[in-house]
Amino acid sequence: MSHAPFIVGAYLVAFVALAGLVIVSLADRRRVRRDIAERGLERKR
Amino acid sequence: MTGFAALMARDLRLVWRRPADVAVVLAFFVVATVLFPLGIGPEANVLARIAAGVLWCAALFAALLSLDRLFAADHEDGTLDLLLLAPWPLELAVLAKCAAHWIVTGLPLAVLAPLLGVAFGLEAPSLAALGVTLLVGTPTLSLVGGLAAALTLGARRSGALLALLALPLCVPTLIFGASAVGTIADGMGGGEGFATHLAILAALALVSLATLPWAIAAALRQAGE
Amino acid sequence: MAQLHFLANPARFRRFSQRALPVLSFATALALAVGLYLALVVSPPDYQQGEMVRIMFVHVPAAWIAMAGYMLLAALGASLLVWRHPLAALMARGAAPVGAVFCAVCLLTGSLWGRPMWGTYWVWDARLTSMLLLFFLYLGHIALSRAYDDPGRGDRAAAILALVGAINVPIIKFSVDWWNTLHQPASMMRLGGPAIHPAILTPLLVMAVALLLLYVVLVLLRTDTEIDRRRLELAEDVRGVAA
Repeated sequence: MSHAPFIVGAYLVAFVALAGLVIVSLADRRRVRRDIAERGLERKR
Repeated sequence: MTGFAALMARDLRLVWRRPADVAVVLAFFVVATVLFPLGIGPEANVLARIAAGVLWCAALFAALLSLDRLFAADHEDGTLDLLLLAPWPLELAVLAKCAAHWIVTGLPLAVLAPLLGVAFGLEAPSLAALGVTLLVGTPTLSLVGGLAAALTLGARRSGALLALLALPLCVPTLIFGASAVGTIADGMGGGEGFATHLAILAALALVSLATLPWAIAAALRQAGE
Repeated sequence: MAQLHFLANPARFRRFSQRALPVLSFATALALAVGLYLALVVSPPDYQQGEMVRIMFVHVPAAWIAMAGYMLLAALGASLLVWRHPLAALMARGAAPVGAVFCAVCLLTGSLWGRPMWGTYWVWDARLTSMLLLFFLYLGHIALSRAYDDPGRGDRAAAILALVGAINVPIIKFSVDWWNTLHQPASMMRLGGPAIHPAILTPLLVMAVALLLLYVVLVLLRTDTEIDRRRLELAEDVRGVAA
């Protein structure tokens, strides 16, 4: 059995999971920041 | 010490008035146990092989069932606030509640399980081992369960969340309890005897006893904040 | 310790992370590039596992980070309960999902390693099973911290859970190792191989550093978001009371 698909698969899974987490985290941050800006809390300490 | 005894007596009295609460848990234990042969098949040597594990798992689930009411009733009627203000240490009150829970849940399970073990084809020495390991192991379950109950007091989905929190923490007790019974049956045990397994179970119970009452008390305090 | 107190103030943390994130992100990308090159191109096939050893370069660091990540949750929990550091709760909230994802990566890559090596996608190997239980501990922490309308209550409950869980992790590991030796022949090839060959060490360490940097970046990023989210929630509460 060729091992290549498993190796590629493993790296792919890791990449999808971690890149996915990065994207979701960035999207979350952008959404919350937008909400804060909307409520005009930016200047508040 | 009288506070401890009084609290335990109160909890036991409350159960005495509503024996159905205990009966339901034990009935669940029986029903859950019976599901396994129905799902797996009645082959005698298979059942004998899985008996210890099945009975231990079913006991674990049954012990968890009654936990979400452990502190909830007191939380609702204000008893918990009184306990928080009482002169004796909250840890002692926690211990009393967990002890009462064990008497009402763990102890009957330890007695009932060997009876069910007969239906799985276990021999007398294994049945005795099953009873003893449950006897020594269920106090740990009451303590770990007590912590999960205190942490989820008033939470959304507290029943399922309680199980999610408690079950991983119960795994060591489950492993040593079930495999202890295995050492009797087919000499399995990784070379270690029943006594070693039992000693480890007892050690787990002692460690839980020494640490968890404080964690449970801390959880109850921050529930009151 | 003084540095930690310095960062405990959310505003200070915000300024720190604003400067640190770009630098750390760049370092992460660089380390990943080097690490992947070493792992996939440079390092030779293992004499036992063949090319499959390359999966180890992701699987093993992910395991280390998942474990360390839970210890971080415990440390943050202690920090919250004992010193009431306002940031500790928010960082725990941000860090828990990251640790859980690294845990999942460890499990998935381990499973894919197992298919050609053991024949099945899952084997109740001691280390994989311990990692699975750690994953459940993570899920419990995440669920508990979000189970209350009052987020502070969830933070404190999760903090206690993290501390108890951290103490339990070695106990769970011990019991799973025990369980595994009972039920499996000792000759089964252990996940990770019998010894760490020096040629394997370099790619492994570089990937470990790269993934650790990624973890730190993600935690800083998410903590930032949690700070803002808490501000939003507090503002909503005030609005609700004033209305």
